[in-house]
Amino acid sequence: MTQHTNGVLELVHVERTFKVGRRFVRVLDDISFSIGKGDILCLVGESGCGKTTTGKIVAGLLPPTGGEIRFLGQNVWEMNKEEFRHYRRAVQIIHQDPYSSLNPTQRVSTILTAPLLRHGIARNHKEAKEKALELLRIVDLTPPEDFYNKYPHQLSGGQRQRVSVARALTVNPEFLVADEAVSMLDVSIRVSLLQMLERLRNQMGVAYLFITHDLAVAKYFAWEGRIAVMYLGRIVEIGPTPQIINNPRHPYTKALLSAIPEADPKATRSKERVHLRSLDVPSLLNVPSGCSFHPRCPLYEAGLCDATVPQLVDVGDGVQVACHVVAREQGVA
Amino acid sequence: MSSFWQNVRRTFRLLTYNKVGFIGLLGVIFFILLSFVGPYVVPLDTQTKVDKIYQPPSSEFWLGTDSEGRDIFSQIVHGGKDVLVVAFLAGFISTTIAVLFGSLSALAGGWVDNAIMALADIVLTIPQFPLLAVLAGLVKFNNVTLLALILGVLSWPALTRAIRAQVLSLREREFVEAARALDLGTRHIILKEILPNMMSYIAINLIFAMTAAIYAQVGLVFLGLVPFSGSNWGVMLSLAWTRGAIFYKGSLWYIMAPVAAIALFQLSLVSFTRLLEEIFNPRLRTSV
Repeated sequence: MTQHTNGVLELVHVERTFKVGRRFVRVLDDISFSIGKGDILCLVGESGCGKTTTGKIVAGLLPPTGGEIRFLGQNVWEMNKEEFRHYRRAVQIIHQDPYSSLNPTQRVSTILTAPLLRHGIARNHKEAKEKALELLRIVDLTPPEDFYNKYPHQLSGGQRQRVSVARALTVNPEFLVADEAVSMLDVSIRVSLLQMLERLRNQMGVAYLFITHDLAVAKYFAWEGRIAVMYLGRIVEIGPTPQIINNPRHPYTKALLSAIPEADPKATRSKERVHLRSLDVPSLLNVPSGCSFHPRCPLYEAGLCDATVPQLVDVGDGVQVACHVVAREQGVA
Repeated sequence: MSSFWQNVRRTFRLLTYNKVGFIGLLGVIFFILLSFVGPYVVPLDTQTKVDKIYQPPSSEFWLGTDSEGRDIFSQIVHGGKDVLVVAFLAGFISTTIAVLFGSLSALAGGWVDNAIMALADIVLTIPQFPLLAVLAGLVKFNNVTLLALILGVLSWPALTRAIRAQVLSLREREFVEAARALDLGTRHIILKEILPNMMSYIAINLIFAMTAAIYAQVGLVFLGLVPFSGSNWGVMLSLAWTRGAIFYKGSLWYIMAPVAAIALFQLSLVSFTRLLEEIFNPRLRTSV
């Protein structure tokens, strides 16, 4: 089902359950996608739909309870030590909260030179310092000497996030998992950080798994890439960004897009809203039967949607949708 | 070389930044010098001088004399060593046990965690002072190391629990996750990411463990449960008490001198913690 078979990083039918008390909660169900070199895949969805868990699984910080995650065609959790080290360094993560992602007791110098020295990327402290200053320049913290000896609490949120990016870049990663990396920043700083990430992609060929709840950010950042829309632990629609934004097929994607305010207030007011049948997100402890979106879905058909789980099917233009009704209308069911 | 002096200057500025803490540090240094270097300078006055009982302070007797006409100042100088040694040793022993057990408990989890926490609960429920009193009857406490060891072994549980809770919370932090993704190794994560974030807490608890050890030890000596060996601020207090010093008019200096020594040393330690807090927590520093 993945059309990118040349993907460097692949998730194949990944499932993840967590134990809550005595019950098992399935947070991710049948997640499959692949990311190639220099690709952007944007994961969007409501809070609690499993975006962060997916990010952690991609970064190898959390093993999946079912399915496989493959790096260069090899199952990550069956790798030998040497291969796993290569993978681990190739995929880095940038966290959401710039205030807890940097150790408050370490200076920027330590934060950046520790991985450089540990992995022999710099042979000595002098070389590590040069490399660290270079990295600070890459993430637009200039002049780098001003930031090198600072503690995280002496930096602003945006500057910290740049240090986080610089730290991730110390090990020359091929992938960055950006978990809501710009959500906690001011709008003005957000754009310049996104531009910087984009520049890294162009110059260094870094691929992104960009996790966000904000479709506007997804649209801005991933225009050349793809968007995957998640709902309650499943991907409901995945495809090239322009297709998803301009021609959403899944009712959930439509609902999300119709909720974005337009720059023009008149346009916002006259915008056609998708009317959901319910505004409550069902609990993961009690996922609805069949299509988990059916209690809210405007296209709901009794006996079909609440009975069987829809699978992702190709509907053309490289888009895949998991919806019975849409699939039937497209004649691919 | 210049960077070395820069570091020295930076450290000194850091030390002097918090005034209260710096005075505390000076106090601690003063008492260490008084107790460990002092005895080589001031000989212990053991000679009974009947004509000089309960003298007020003078140029000859800086803090006056006791019930047998002996110099109180010389006793203070000689009586500090045992108190300090027991305090430092007991503090280090209990803090070390607490840090090791607490981290192990949090990181290992499972039955190790359960076993350590059960042990901590048991030790926590033992009434310390009565146990010490009973132990004093069984073991000869004339060895300061033994006394320190027992005090240390009895006082680790509270800190162990706190350390365990801190490690559990710190290891889920995002910077620890980032360190894992960067493959910096378990050693680095424990020593460079988690431990420094607990250092101010650990250092302050070390000081409080010391103050508690001082009270426990002096209390035991005062009650006569620990046999008198040499001189000790606790022994002085006990002697002053049993000789009925509180009933004599000129005896104030005799009973107040050890009390003041103990209280001032404790005060120095406690104010020193203010400085420690600032040294180990960069967020509290306003400069440097």
